[in-house]
Amino acid sequence: MQTRTGKNNMMIHPTMHSVMRFAARVIAVLMLAGVAFGAAAEEGFHLDKAPINERDALSLQRGARLFTNYCLSCHSAKYMRYNRLHDIGLSDKEIENNLIFTDAKVGDEMKVAMDSKDAANWFGKAPPDLSVIARSLSEGHNGADFLYTYLRSFYRDPKRPTGWNNLVYPNVAMPNVLWQLQGVQVLKTEKVKDSEGQQEVHKLVLAKPGTMTPMEYDQAVADLVNYLVYQSEPVRLERQTIGIYVLIFLAIFLLLAYLLKREYWKDVH
Amino acid sequence: MSEKSSLLGWIDDRFPLTSTWKKHLSEYYAPKNFNFWYYFGSLALLILVLQIVTGIFLTMNYKPDANLAFGSVEYIMRDVPGGWFIRYLHSTGASMFFIVVYLHMFRGLLYGSFRKPRELVWLFGTLIYVCLMAEAFFGYLLPWGQMSYWGAQVIVNLFGAIPGFGPDLALWIRGDYVVGDATLNRFFAFHVIAVPLVLLALVVSHIVALHEVGSNNPDGVEIKKHKDPVTHLPLDGIPFHPYYTVKDTFGVAVFLIVFAIIVFFTPEMHGYFLEYNNFQPANPLQTPPEIRPVWYFTPYYAMLRGITYPLFGVDAKFWGVVVIACAVLIYFALPWLDRGKVKSIRYRGPIFKTALTLFVIAVLWLGYLGTQPPTVLANHTADILMLIYFGFFLLMPWYSRLDKCKPEPERTT
Repeated sequence: MQTRTGKNNMMIHPTMHSVMRFAARVIAVLMLAGVAFGAAAEEGFHLDKAPINERDALSLQRGARLFTNYCLSCHSAKYMRYNRLHDIGLSDKEIENNLIFTDAKVGDEMKVAMDSKDAANWFGKAPPDLSVIARSLSEGHNGADFLYTYLRSFYRDPKRPTGWNNLVYPNVAMPNVLWQLQGVQVLKTEKVKDSEGQQEVHKLVLAKPGTMTPMEYDQAVADLVNYLVYQSEPVRLERQTIGIYVLIFLAIFLLLAYLLKREYWKDVH
Repeated sequence: MSEKSSLLGWIDDRFPLTSTWKKHLSEYYAPKNFNFWYYFGSLALLILVLQIVTGIFLTMNYKPDANLAFGSVEYIMRDVPGGWFIRYLHSTGASMFFIVVYLHMFRGLLYGSFRKPRELVWLFGTLIYVCLMAEAFFGYLLPWGQMSYWGAQVIVNLFGAIPGFGPDLALWIRGDYVVGDATLNRFFAFHVIAVPLVLLALVVSHIVALHEVGSNNPDGVEIKKHKDPVTHLPLDGIPFHPYYTVKDTFGVAVFLIVFAIIVFFTPEMHGYFLEYNNFQPANPLQTPPEIRPVWYFTPYYAMLRGITYPLFGVDAKFWGVVVIACAVLIYFALPWLDRGKVKSIRYRGPIFKTALTLFVIAVLWLGYLGTQPPTVLANHTADILMLIYFGFFLLMPWYSRLDKCKPEPERTT
């Protein structure tokens, strides 16, 4: 980037320097403003940063296993084919043996057996398709952070038809399908006194432990979210790798174009 | 002609190949002092070609059907070899087209490229801009996401605000009582064939008109006034080819690097090029909390929201539509509004420079407000910015004449 800007300046007439500098400043201000908009749009609830690494294949594989075990019975991922999981280091055999629980073939999409009308009757709302869910939730905040916080914020609520409620997504139709792993959380409301007077603070407390410790559960949810992020754009890592080569090619092209231009323009005064 | 025995000679006897090449490239004399701002014309042409070529390949797998459209885009993104690349080129190309065209138009304002004798060049250019907005609007419905759907719903409903025949007009545009399959099909037809045909014809006209009168330059002086007495060629002109073809190739290289960084590393551009909500399939039963156009329409959107008072018993929304229409149409009047003695910003006086600066600030600020949730303060700010926007044009006949201009040089500097 540095060298490119350098070359750029070299070829442009000195009087244009100020214009270029002005343009650069405008772009910088716009970009800063962009960051500020993003922050301003964030919702009131504090989201935990999802500790995910999209290059960690083992985490993605664990996530895929959780996804096919716990999510795929109600949610589809109908734009995602099982054998796409070659991306994360799984073979056809491994996918067939460990991840397919229906009569689907390895080249099929991740469809769901449940009829969406039945689902709407049972839950009040058909469970959304999860193919691009991590991407579609990124408006105003990071989709991964939202999912990571959401999946850890279920609590027991007898007032809800499913018996579950969620702190991040109040009155959500979805029950806590991971409760056996997480255990049962309940909502504790504490009254805290501060300079602005009395305030209510909501806290989630683990009332009954699950098969995982809280740390293990956080890691499992991180794996699942990592997988959901991957699934929302499976080509992501590949496109970044290709992008590096494209930029190297374009840098060489830029150099040649610059030399050619300089050669031709030698006699223009 | 008959002396030529080559294939080229054979063609030239039947088709003006060599003469066209000479007229528009190798013997088209362009001023030698083009600067940074003069890259964007050729870049716009590049993006036009890019959009057409990527569009053709997208059409091979896209399905203009309300039940299949969203899935077919995901199919392109996942199952079509290289499909994601074609799609990102097209979606990034749409936004970059507007960036390049806005910079190209701003160049025209800076150096007075719309002034006599280039009025028609400017008019064709403005028509291209209008077509481009239509093209972007029709194309945005096609992925059939939530923003596609509700964006189209909002815009078509604007036509419904026209008193009298408005509701019928909106119905006629949609082909249904809500945006639906019929709407998607006709928008597809407009996006892939009707508007592109008009766009191509206008681009050709824009360039033919430009080459008839010759290019303006950063000094705003006519290079045709000073010709070599022997060759009759402009003294400050150089043949477009090879000088500007190689220079523009350099510009293309810089542009492609910026373009590639976006396509390969941040194709959503933080939700500004691809809105995140649009990765949710269109749902006619669920209105999203915020409906927002893509960034290139946000200045107009802020104007629409800024108009909050009904007038003559007609809904405020209608007047918002009128204001948007005027904001676009006023560009057509520009060549006749400017009475300045000089063309280029380099020799204009302080009044024009201030007016242009205020205009740019107003447009950028309106664009920012259009991305934000509406508040009373934002709407009032938009009102003030609209006054500046329209003041820039409507007061131009006076302030451009009053301005203290510096003397123009005889030749380019």
